[in-house]
Amino acid sequence: MTDAARTEDLLRQLAPQVLGAVTRRYRDFADAEDATQEALVAATTSWPTEGMPDNPLAWLIRVASRRMVQHYRRDDARRRREDLAASWSIAGPETASGRDDSLILIFMCCHPSLTPASAIPLTLRAVGGLTTREIAAAFLVPEATMAQRISRAKAKVKDSDEPFALPPSDHRTERLRSVLHVLYLIFTEGYASSGGPDLARTELSDEAIRLARGLHDALPDNPEVTGLLALMLLTDARRTARTGAGGELVPLADQERTRWDRALIREGVAMITEAIKQGRMGEYQVQAAIAAIHDQAARYEDTDWSQILPLYRLLERMTGNPMVTLNLAVATAMVDGPSAGLAVLEGLESEDRLGDHHRLHSVRAHLLELDGDTESAIAELRAAAARTTNIREQQYLTTKAARLATEPLDA
Amino acid sequence: MRFMLLQNYGEVGSGCVPMDQWTPGDIKAHIDFQIALNAELLESGELIDAQGLAHPEQAKFVTYDGVGAPVITDGPYPESKELLAGFRFIDVESLDRAIEIAARASAAPGPNGVPIQDHIEVRQVLSAPDPEM
Repeated sequence: MTDAARTEDLLRQLAPQVLGAVTRRYRDFADAEDATQEALVAATTSWPTEGMPDNPLAWLIRVASRRMVQHYRRDDARRRREDLAASWSIAGPETASGRDDSLILIFMCCHPSLTPASAIPLTLRAVGGLTTREIAAAFLVPEATMAQRISRAKAKVKDSDEPFALPPSDHRTERLRSVLHVLYLIFTEGYASSGGPDLARTELSDEAIRLARGLHDALPDNPEVTGLLALMLLTDARRTARTGAGGELVPLADQERTRWDRALIREGVAMITEAIKQGRMGEYQVQAAIAAIHDQAARYEDTDWSQILPLYRLLERMTGNPMVTLNLAVATAMVDGPSAGLAVLEGLESEDRLGDHHRLHSVRAHLLELDGDTESAIAELRAAAARTTNIREQQYLTTKAARLATEPLDA
Repeated sequence: MRFMLLQNYGEVGSGCVPMDQWTPGDIKAHIDFQIALNAELLESGELIDAQGLAHPEQAKFVTYDGVGAPVITDGPYPESKELLAGFRFIDVESLDRAIEIAARASAAPGPNGVPIQDHIEVRQVLSAPDPEM
């Protein structure tokens, strides 16, 4: 690791602790968040030349606090709050640990009043310690646009008028659900675009894993938190194998499994095994269990579909998500044959819960191909390609349709 | 979700005359409207970029077969009405929101402040794939 990378790593670790301390001292999350961001940016420019301070955390808190006071001074209308802030600043020691602060912050940033599009950048900045520029690059929007998104998100959090503390215990499960959802979306955002020109985005997966590890450290006994972390690790283990040299998608069945990350798989499998033992099953644990079964098969043909099938049934009951039903159709086909899988799809179509979704067409194409009906499979692949909004998926579907069309006898 | 909102030089719904025949006041009102809409979209965290393109008179078409010299065609073109006039590149929560913004842009003021009813083409930009593939 280079010095710059080490500094960046340290800053990201310290960011929530700085923000926690400053928020507690000045009682203004939105302004404290700006001040913390400015302190982090100041550190990246001054530390490399002036050397790292003996106590980096204290340095950052001091700089951020100074920024807070400067902001208040600049703004006459805030004069009275400045006096108030000054009295708070000597009001007492920060009692909570950095770990508690991170947890409080992540609950705040993933507030249910925010849409995921707002909660994600706010979480990355306030808890993850990323700069606005880095977040903007990851989401491929200009810095000014991302800055506006973050400040609007903070205004919403402010409006919710929540004290800087953990949510009350009767709301915590519900609130945790939002947190897990936001972390999962950060992960998929990065994972979806690994490789090629989207490299800035892959960092998001690492960031999501780091945030999930932090959450797991704070809540080690929550099996869904463990399940989410395990799911990320077990999925991330396949990252390098899921895209080809040109950035094209390589589906699970065709991935070179020797390129999977064994250490991540071992860690993820151990984690999900422990979580499940607690007997409080949740959707992330089920998904992690499915990922673990895939990851433990030496070849695609060795996949233990008889274990996967009941897990998808369970997941479908838990979530009612039609996308899960699509996966259930594939698992059913692998256990009971393609026509059984196609029957599951027919059920889904008759309920019309997915509309004309591209994934419905691509799964049907897959099952028709298994069933030997190449001509119908090609038509379905083309239908899926015309409906997807994902460029890699569009390329994959178009290429696959062309391959089936030109090599019908090999199928 | 990312969308391109595209405007071309074709006829507008209000049937008004081309902008070079408007009064200076009407032109200014139109440009002010576009600037204000962009500022609003930047403020809402939805604008990626917005650009107007040079007049079709200056457009060039380039075709190349990979050998020899490329063929470059200059204007004027009989089909200049089909050429792109400008675009807004936005990142929004939903298709509905993209349509809402397109509708605002369509009703940009023309002569005497009457909405020009521009035809706005709303096109989703392909994104990276989901992980479940």
